[in-house]
Amino acid sequence: MSGAVIHAEGLGKRYRVGERERYLALRDILTRIATAPFRRGARNGRRDYLWALRDVSFDIHQGEVVGLIGRNGSGKTTLLKLLSRITRPTKGFAEIRGRVGSLLEVGTGFHPELSGRENIYLSGAVLGMRKSEINARFDEIVAFSEVERFLDTPLKHFSTGMQMRLAFAVAAHLEPEILLVDEVLAVGDIEFQKKCLGKMQEVSNSGRTIVFVSHQMNQIRRLCERVIWINSGEIQESGAAGEVIAAYEAASLRPASAGERHNANFLHWSVCGGNNVMRDGLREITLHFHLQLSKSISQGHFGVTVTDSDNVIMIGWGFDNLDLPAGANELVLKVPILPLRPGNYNVICALFDGGNNLTGGELLDQWHAVPPLVVDAKPLSHSQDRWAGVLNIPAKLQIVQPIAAGIASPVTNRT
Amino acid sequence: MNAASAQRGLLSKASVLRIAPSHGWWELPFSELWDYRELLYFIVWRDIKIRYKQTAIGAAWAVLQPFLTMLVFSLFFGKLAHVPSEGMPYPIFYYSALLPWMYFAAALQNATNAIVENQRVITKVYFPRVALPLAAVLASLVDFGISFLMFLILMVYYGIHPTAAAVWFPAFLLLAVLTALGVGLWLSALNAIYRDVRYVMPFLIQFWMFASPVAYPSSLVPEKWRWLYGLNPMAGVIEGFRWSLAGHGTTPGRMVFVSAAAVVVILLGGFAYFQHMETTVADVV
Repeated sequence: MSGAVIHAEGLGKRYRVGERERYLALRDILTRIATAPFRRGARNGRRDYLWALRDVSFDIHQGEVVGLIGRNGSGKTTLLKLLSRITRPTKGFAEIRGRVGSLLEVGTGFHPELSGRENIYLSGAVLGMRKSEINARFDEIVAFSEVERFLDTPLKHFSTGMQMRLAFAVAAHLEPEILLVDEVLAVGDIEFQKKCLGKMQEVSNSGRTIVFVSHQMNQIRRLCERVIWINSGEIQESGAAGEVIAAYEAASLRPASAGERHNANFLHWSVCGGNNVMRDGLREITLHFHLQLSKSISQGHFGVTVTDSDNVIMIGWGFDNLDLPAGANELVLKVPILPLRPGNYNVICALFDGGNNLTGGELLDQWHAVPPLVVDAKPLSHSQDRWAGVLNIPAKLQIVQPIAAGIASPVTNRT
Repeated sequence: MNAASAQRGLLSKASVLRIAPSHGWWELPFSELWDYRELLYFIVWRDIKIRYKQTAIGAAWAVLQPFLTMLVFSLFFGKLAHVPSEGMPYPIFYYSALLPWMYFAAALQNATNAIVENQRVITKVYFPRVALPLAAVLASLVDFGISFLMFLILMVYYGIHPTAAAVWFPAFLLLAVLTALGVGLWLSALNAIYRDVRYVMPFLIQFWMFASPVAYPSSLVPEKWRWLYGLNPMAGVIEGFRWSLAGHGTTPGRMVFVSAAAVVVILLGGFAYFQHMETTVADVV
């Protein structure tokens, strides 16, 4: 066990599916019993089983922040439910050292008829806080949620945004030794998500262990050192965040094409021939894309899109009528200016044969470039995030004072 | 090796929580419930608050229901049908029985729905599920308290003085709570699995009331069959209430002991069945 905070060995969870209805009714049972003598032959008790998790083993140590990724239905939430004791494993076991807090949804325990204040206590208690803890943190929770004015109104009068903020405020002040978080950060507006992410970082900095499920790779990258990729109920890969995420993205974003048609492959890319970091968006930069073609293409289309971490497209370009030979190719995108705010951006490139997807061309390869584009430039727009926007262009301010009769006034220049 | 139950890893870092497939039915959840006692308090508090926030009549209903029933019974069963009342004025005779009965019926109704109504919370967070029917049974004590006040008024009105038997009242109240809990555990577990149980409830309550000495005294039942009658735990509870509160009625004898024994069996069986349901409910609910 060697000091692991969470030790899982051979965990498996099996569900029954198929013939059996989700809800039984007594009358069905009774009918079945009553008609039993009339049924010829034994009714086949065959049931279909689904293994949501199979033979999952891992160790998580104190203070680790582990990301759990995988497609929908791969078993991530089931694993969290097992670790939270909401459901019991069918096979295997896990051992946990320390108090566990589970955030599987936003607003656990909330009741619409009760007031905000009452719901803080109720939700806190349901999540595992003692009354004394809730009392001690009450003011912080209210401050974090920004709903002071509505503390005594029934929750049903809160907007969805307010409810979520309150729910997360309560959950964020839960201080378990181990925190299990399931995609709760996927909801809410940008401000809210940023706040939540910030709080999670605080929690991880304080030495707590976190297991974090998300579909947003940028969040995983930001918070987790280690990532476990679950695929169809089994651990596909486990290791350093960057590598596992790259493997996951590579596997899930390739077009699902069979071997023969897959005759294009983006290999890697760089900014100005160096790495993935752009330091100055106001000078000309070049984006180099290396790809391998098994066959030459004609009338091809090459598209590049740059999106931010919320998948909003910053800018995109498309180039038509490309003729590329087979073999290794390098496509260099020259951009005179790319004034993006500092941060992480996704670069997606796609190659089509015979037109783009709007004109009927065939998609040869689409690639979410790994590693992402990191803009490490000096912020030039508004100092406050909420007013800064997405562009990073400097501006100079000139104050012109009205000229009084006969007196020349100074012109003040500001930047 | 401990079969699959949580140790107190909740509170102390040193102890280890083991999560494994469940093995038997037989685990009484008392120590875990004690760990979660604050949550139990909050659930009871929530149930009470909601009950009163959502009704227009609210507290008045807790009094009106037994009072009006008592009036109807006094008139039809008492005055007109001349059901023997063992020396008590009819209103006292009926109200002292309706007091535990209404509590039982309400507690049962709330307990039956406890798991299903809370299914959202159950699938998202862990706490001993038995806290839900337990909270329902405890929350119903508030209504009981209010109708009890009404009873005290009736006692004053009819000039009934409490006798030495009153000292046993808390014991019978406890018996009533345990009966409601025992049956409530069975029903909430059944309802979680077979969703139409709650539609059977009104009929069950109705039938059970006539099988209990609410509208008539248990002395109507021939002496030699009274022990069998006592298998209905509410028989013991109701006669106990009548005897300890009003000072009249049959002194508890064999029947009450049989009822108490029945309660213990129902309670233990209820915990066991509930545990069994618990292992599958989060997957099914």
